[in-house]
Amino acid sequence: MGSTQLPPGTEETLAATTAAAAAPGEPVEMVQLLGPDGKLGSDPIFSDYAKRIDPEKLRVFYTDMARIRRFDQEATALQRQGELALWVPLTGQEAAQIGSGHASQPQDYIFPTYREHGVALVRNVDLAELLKQFRGVSNGGWDPRENNFHLYTLVLAAQTLHAVGYAMGIQRDQKLAAAEDSTDSKAAVIAYFGDGASSEGDVHESMVFAASYNAPVVFFCQNNHWAISVPTEVQTKVPLANRAKGYGFPGIRVDGNDVIAVHAVTEWALEHAREGRGPVLIEAYTYRVGAHTTADDPTKYRESAEEAAWREKDPLDRLEKYLRAEGLADEAFFDQVDADGDELAKYVRSTTHGLEVPDIREAFANVYAEQHPLIAEELAWFEEYSAGFESDEETAN
Amino acid sequence: MATMTIAKAINEGLRASLTKNPKSLLMGEDIGHLGGVYRVTDGLIKEFGDERVLDTPLAESGIVGTAIGLALRGYSPVCEIQFDGFVYPAFNQITTQLAKIHARSLGKLTVPVVIRIPYGGGIGSIEHHSESPEALFAHTAGLRIISPSNAHDAYWMIQKAIECQDPVIFFEPKRRYWLKGEVDVENAGLSADPFKAHVVREGTDATIVAYGPLVPVALAAANAASEDGRSVEVIDLRSISPLDFDTVEASVKKTGRLIVAHEAPTFGGIGGEIAARIGERAFLHLEAPVIRVGGFHMPYPVAKVEEDYLPDIDKILEALDRSLAY
Ligand SMILES: Cc1ncc(C[n+]2csc(CCOP(=O)(O)OP(=O)(O)O)c2C)c(N)n1
Repeated sequence: MGSTQLPPGTEETLAATTAAAAAPGEPVEMVQLLGPDGKLGSDPIFSDYAKRIDPEKLRVFYTDMARIRRFDQEATALQRQGELALWVPLTGQEAAQIGSGHASQPQDYIFPTYREHGVALVRNVDLAELLKQFRGVSNGGWDPRENNFHLYTLVLAAQTLHAVGYAMGIQRDQKLAAAEDSTDSKAAVIAYFGDGASSEGDVHESMVFAASYNAPVVFFCQNNHWAISVPTEVQTKVPLANRAKGYGFPGIRVDGNDVIAVHAVTEWALEHAREGRGPVLIEAYTYRVGAHTTADDPTKYRESAEEAAWREKDPLDRLEKYLRAEGLADEAFFDQVDADGDELAKYVRSTTHGLEVPDIREAFANVYAEQHPLIAEELAWFEEYSAGFESDEETAN
Repeated sequence: MATMTIAKAINEGLRASLTKNPKSLLMGEDIGHLGGVYRVTDGLIKEFGDERVLDTPLAESGIVGTAIGLALRGYSPVCEIQFDGFVYPAFNQITTQLAKIHARSLGKLTVPVVIRIPYGGGIGSIEHHSESPEALFAHTAGLRIISPSNAHDAYWMIQKAIECQDPVIFFEPKRRYWLKGEVDVENAGLSADPFKAHVVREGTDATIVAYGPLVPVALAAANAASEDGRSVEVIDLRSISPLDFDTVEASVKKTGRLIVAHEAPTFGGIGGEIAARIGERAFLHLEAPVIRVGGFHMPYPVAKVEEDYLPDIDKILEALDRSLAY
């Protein structure tokens, strides 16, 4: 039995402790390993997964969470200074993103929404590239195939279906590979979406398709409690993780501010999917500490006490407490993390200023993959029109 | 040469593509064991199995959305939407995602998805089974939209659509599914380029442009007009986006008169686009304003009155008379 298989009986336990046990409306149990006090607890299933995380990996988790928080602050500042059209902050959701991102393997493909900057970091997307969209110089910015990290999608939930289709493609590839006796490693897909997006029909349809075809996909819902100004209670009457039961696959609620539990649960889910046992829904129970975007004003719709209560559960603080208490990181480590953060901020600031504004001809070039007469005609008109200005300038000079 | 119906020609075209390209696959509601409500996919599941011919859950956004994911993974999915009026739940996936992914990724990603939609009226059906929504899609950059009018085109155009690296919406003229015609399965001929219009009847006095289900109507009108000594040219547009204005323009420069006929409502339709373009390109060659013959600005009417709604020979001849009266 490999590490990818659960011990006998645990699947049943899992089903019982997660989705299956809770009737609609009843609170679902939440997997938590590292509490807000920084103490490590245990879980009958997921502690085994947590044990795979060595101290070095824990330090990487901390470093990445700190880096992405620092990046977030820098991007928010850039927006305030008019350098970005909009920014979508992630502060509060670092553990959900860094933990799940690190659970993925390079061959897994990731479909984010628009707030998954932490996952992007883990997948080695250049953070300056990530800002292109928010600076208005690109509708994407990076090559999704380089790191198997898809472009952001602004139409909520649309990508959840793409994720399932992609997973169906992986299934077919595996059959073809098996026929060719290839040693390609098995892959899975993660689809990220929010608690608000969970109300969209596409999420529902994606889960129906995923279940029907037993697709290797992990649905990762970051329940950050707010869809702009609307609380989760308006989106759902049952804990979101419970919904999975209705589709016929496991649903797990995990403490989204506990990077160890998120990693453990996601690793389990990805293995489950890669091994051909079908989809999993993970609900990472977390909180959007700041505004929805830089255009938002949370004071209009929520109490500051709520925000303060969640700050007490801060994902970085609790891992820092643990690392210090266990003697896994010293002052020098934390100083280094701070210094790295400063470096990153400097890099992001300077590269943002330098992001090139594209020529609209690039847009003409990419509407279609194949030659298209209307594009050719409109481009020719544009060239002639532009040339008119150039010759005007020449005459003026 | 073989003689077959349009439905059979599409079936054979799909079969040829599935055979040629191991990464092509079909997906849709009831397309497997039933062979589709129009039997266009008849027998294909037996031949290619349910991994290549998928009876999907009943969810149009799901069909197109997962097809996009499959295409991103290197597959060439062909989706069937059961009826024209049921494409709207997938409208979001088609217009905000499918059409834009190539552009959004600066050309790094391609999504060669084909969406087959049986469309148009004239079959006496009930609500939502007779619509012509092509203009809604034609307005969206990034999509290609074609519609065959005969069996040979149907056989080749579906294969070319599947080969095309851009998303293609393939509108099938459902009331012509049983129209028989010669198909040269060896030689695509003019059908090798599905995005070009064909002059299907030569003439000198006026031009009628039509596509899909109205091509036979336009030809019948031209034949009727010839009995009155009028020589009418008929163009089968075949491709709605891109639209082959060059062929239309060349014809208008010869005849001086243009009538555009389609089943979709006239207002905001493809006919208006053709009229405007030809006005810009061939104004001095026009002897009369471009006249549109199309549906009224109303939901597709109940079957018992659809004859009053649909462009027919008489409506086209009336337009021809008006044009010739200038
Ligand atoms: C289809 C669609 N409808 C509306 C919006 C506008 N909108 C952007 S974000 C948002 C709230 C999303 O909330 P949630 O899914 O919980 O994700 P979060 O932003 O909290 O991460 C809304 C309504 C959108 N982007 N897409």
